[in-house]
Amino acid sequence: MTTTHDSQGGGAGLEQSSDGHHLPALPPEEPLANPGLPEHTWRPTDVDPKAEKRAERQVAVLFGLSAVCTVLFVVGYIALGIGDNHDTVLNYGASTVVLGTTLGGALLLIGIGIIQWARKLMADHEMVEMRHPARSSDEDREVTLKALNDGLEESGIARRPLVRNSLLGAVGLLGAPAIVLLRDLGPTPSQAAAADPESGGLERTIWAPGMRIVRDVVGTPIRASDLEIGDLVNAEPEAIFPTEENGYPEIEGVELNVAKSKAAVILLRMDPDEIIPGEGRDNWTVDGITCYSKICTHVGCPISLNERTTHHLLCPCHQSTFDLADSGRVIFGPAARHLPQLPIMVDDEGYLVAQSDFTEPVGPSYWERSHEDIGDQGEADL
Amino acid sequence: MSIDTSKVATTTSGAAATAKPNRAGAVANWADERLGLGTLAKKNLRKVFPDHWSFMLGEIALWSFVVLLLSGVFLTLWYVPSMGEVHYEGSYNQLRGIAMSEALASTLHISFDVRGGLLMRQMHHWAAMLFIASMMIHLLRVYFTGAFRKPRELNWVIGSLLLLLGTLEGFTGYSLPDDLLSGTGIRAADGFMKSIPVVGTYLSFFLFGGEFPGESIIPRLYTIHVLLIPGLLLALIAAHMLLLVYHKHTQWPGPGRTEENVVGFPMLPVYAAKAGGFFFIVFGVCAMMGGLLTINPVWKYGPYDPTKVTAGSQPDWYMGWPDGALRIMPGIESHIFGYTIAWNVFLPIIVLPGLMFTILLMLPFIESWITGDKRDHHLLERPRNAPTRTAIMVALMTFYGLMWAAGGNDIIAIKLNLSINQISYFMRVAVFVGPLLAFFITRRWCISLQRHDEQKLLHGYETGIIMRSPEGGYSERHLPISESAAYTLTARSREEVYDPEAQTDANGVPAPGGRLAKLRGRLSTLWYADNVQKPTAAELEEAHHHAEHEHQLQGAMEGRSADGHQFDGHHAVEGETLRGDH
Repeated sequence: MTTTHDSQGGGAGLEQSSDGHHLPALPPEEPLANPGLPEHTWRPTDVDPKAEKRAERQVAVLFGLSAVCTVLFVVGYIALGIGDNHDTVLNYGASTVVLGTTLGGALLLIGIGIIQWARKLMADHEMVEMRHPARSSDEDREVTLKALNDGLEESGIARRPLVRNSLLGAVGLLGAPAIVLLRDLGPTPSQAAAADPESGGLERTIWAPGMRIVRDVVGTPIRASDLEIGDLVNAEPEAIFPTEENGYPEIEGVELNVAKSKAAVILLRMDPDEIIPGEGRDNWTVDGITCYSKICTHVGCPISLNERTTHHLLCPCHQSTFDLADSGRVIFGPAARHLPQLPIMVDDEGYLVAQSDFTEPVGPSYWERSHEDIGDQGEADL
Repeated sequence: MSIDTSKVATTTSGAAATAKPNRAGAVANWADERLGLGTLAKKNLRKVFPDHWSFMLGEIALWSFVVLLLSGVFLTLWYVPSMGEVHYEGSYNQLRGIAMSEALASTLHISFDVRGGLLMRQMHHWAAMLFIASMMIHLLRVYFTGAFRKPRELNWVIGSLLLLLGTLEGFTGYSLPDDLLSGTGIRAADGFMKSIPVVGTYLSFFLFGGEFPGESIIPRLYTIHVLLIPGLLLALIAAHMLLLVYHKHTQWPGPGRTEENVVGFPMLPVYAAKAGGFFFIVFGVCAMMGGLLTINPVWKYGPYDPTKVTAGSQPDWYMGWPDGALRIMPGIESHIFGYTIAWNVFLPIIVLPGLMFTILLMLPFIESWITGDKRDHHLLERPRNAPTRTAIMVALMTFYGLMWAAGGNDIIAIKLNLSINQISYFMRVAVFVGPLLAFFITRRWCISLQRHDEQKLLHGYETGIIMRSPEGGYSERHLPISESAAYTLTARSREEVYDPEAQTDANGVPAPGGRLAKLRGRLSTLWYADNVQKPTAAELEEAHHHAEHEHQLQGAMEGRSADGHQFDGHHAVEGETLRGDH
């Protein structure tokens, strides 16, 4: 083995270059001539039959171990349970750990074996190949150009602009079906709003005058007296939790998710003296209880990190911070608009209810959004 | 017997006469007569590939893509791309009975009720990380070594597109389980789309099939994830590889290596074995990671609920840098004629990534326009020998890194106990100042290294031997570097500043585009400013002359104790002692 690739495996390439045949002539100002490829150095496996045998054994052992891993993989697949009562290794599911390590071992050992084979036993003579410019030869270019011109000439595309232009126009127009066909991907925002005049579209939510504010997990209504100063409650409109008692229509699936994605609110009770009421918002709170949209006006994450002492609310996605004592004003971060506030009051039974829907769109800004209700432009370039 | 059969074959088919009378030969003959494989394989079976560790980085990307295809097909056998609501009744106790989409329920089924399912899910996710990370590092390698220069600019463009598509593929992929974290990502993406002027809300309503979240986004992302983008990736990877074979791989300069040749190992057997073996290694590493390292534990996040979010919500790391831009952008919004432009979202997440990608795509063309270099390049350049190029990429990397860090400003604030506000203010300045600083430092650093190389070439390397002259002065002994090392240092081209004056024709009339040419001349001057050119033959001669003189002075030491060769490996030192024999 070692003696044969000595004379054949790439030896020709080595000789070609070492006689300087391919090396370019040295321009006068070049400091050093290309000394040519260095002489090939033999590896132990090339000259020592013992080393060669050893390498051969190593490679075979690696392949053999790989086969062992594969068998263990199949054994592990059958033997180890998964599901509710699965076996564990170091708190991991035993099945995943064993399947992963045995599969990984089987693959790695094959890879290492092949590379060991290539490095120790395959010929390691460097070969030389000449490059050719990517550019076609002048003759080829000429022939190609002529063929192209002949073809174009015979088609008459240059001589018959009427045919050419009408074809271009017709093919170009075919882009229209491709775009038109995508139209029914979804309704336009105004169609969505028209389809559900109560709560559809970007400007309305499911909130309605007199609708109770309920806790977001259990759906129980909240009395003003339930909240201490500093209490924060994640809340929803009662319509999200329809029962026979409250008489709201059944809601589930997409409708439920759409409703929740717009109507989620946060209730916070503060010391009434700390609240700076916004213009026309004097009666939007109940004994220091304020209600704000939970949907961030930046890109729409639900906000929920409250700093109790400062009544600042932080969005965990991009850290926009809003001051709930000051109409939800942005005091830090990339959001440009205050949090929409839900005007609330108390109903006959003492439960917190909405006075109306939000008076402005909730969630991220968009092109058509009117800013009449904002009233706090320039507050946020902090 | 075998001779007989071949004779029979000859009588029925003339071409078969040349086929060897064995089984493999017969198959090869069958195929060649129909496909003409012989001519195709003639050049390529022993095609030469140069060897260097850095050429392996792109291979990692290629093989992890194959792992992605294999593990991805496995996952599609159980995954249900539907947002239909079901009550989970699988093995995972904590979520049993909870309403969730079929997408998440099937993901949980794969994770807990399919043997090897969690392994495949985690392998798929780890391989995706590896795919994108190795593409990025491969891109840096190609850029820093100048491998993108003519004739390989188009392959740079294809590679950049692969990185972009890979990133989108990753985003669509981690959105599919429809867990709380991925839903939060989609919610943010909805906000991004709505910020686009004029068409934003339409894009959002069309993509989601109505109001967010709707019930269409998961099936649509699924089609994009398993059909559209993988198809494009496959086609572009094929083109990338074909161009690689056609151009032949670049190589490092060195003895025997020139712009006209390629020196290395033949495809069959050495390169095929190494690359093939490496596929198994990448696959095996993915399997190990999938088995031992938890990634994206969707069962901990639970189903998506538009009213919930977890603290520390973060996209996968490769989406982190635009997210950082989004975090540090000041909250600016304009209102014009009753319409709203949300600059605070539109600029960092829509405009900036597009701009950065365009810059990336244009890098080869910008450089060749400035330098006016239209030659073919097959020898790689060391990063230090192209200081401006290296500095540009380090500046871009600094920008990327700072943005990425800004994307983790909440984590940094918590772990290092810093104020998140101050981190954000700092980053707003740092993303502009940092890259500039990095540019100047890198450029000067490269030039210093060039000067060091020149010193080594002209005056030899530092032996570490301090000589004391009879007068009592001390000097360090320098010895010449080896012939091949010296040649390798000089194996680079001399740089020529683009001169707009030279572009005037015989009558002294300036070439058209005079202003642009002037700008180009100025940029070209800046591009090469202060670079060290390799010495001319005369300079090297003079330096060697000088060294010979010094050598004579120290000649008495030659072959004696402490001749300076004890430590440099230039000749064997066995049996020699440092102080000589007593």
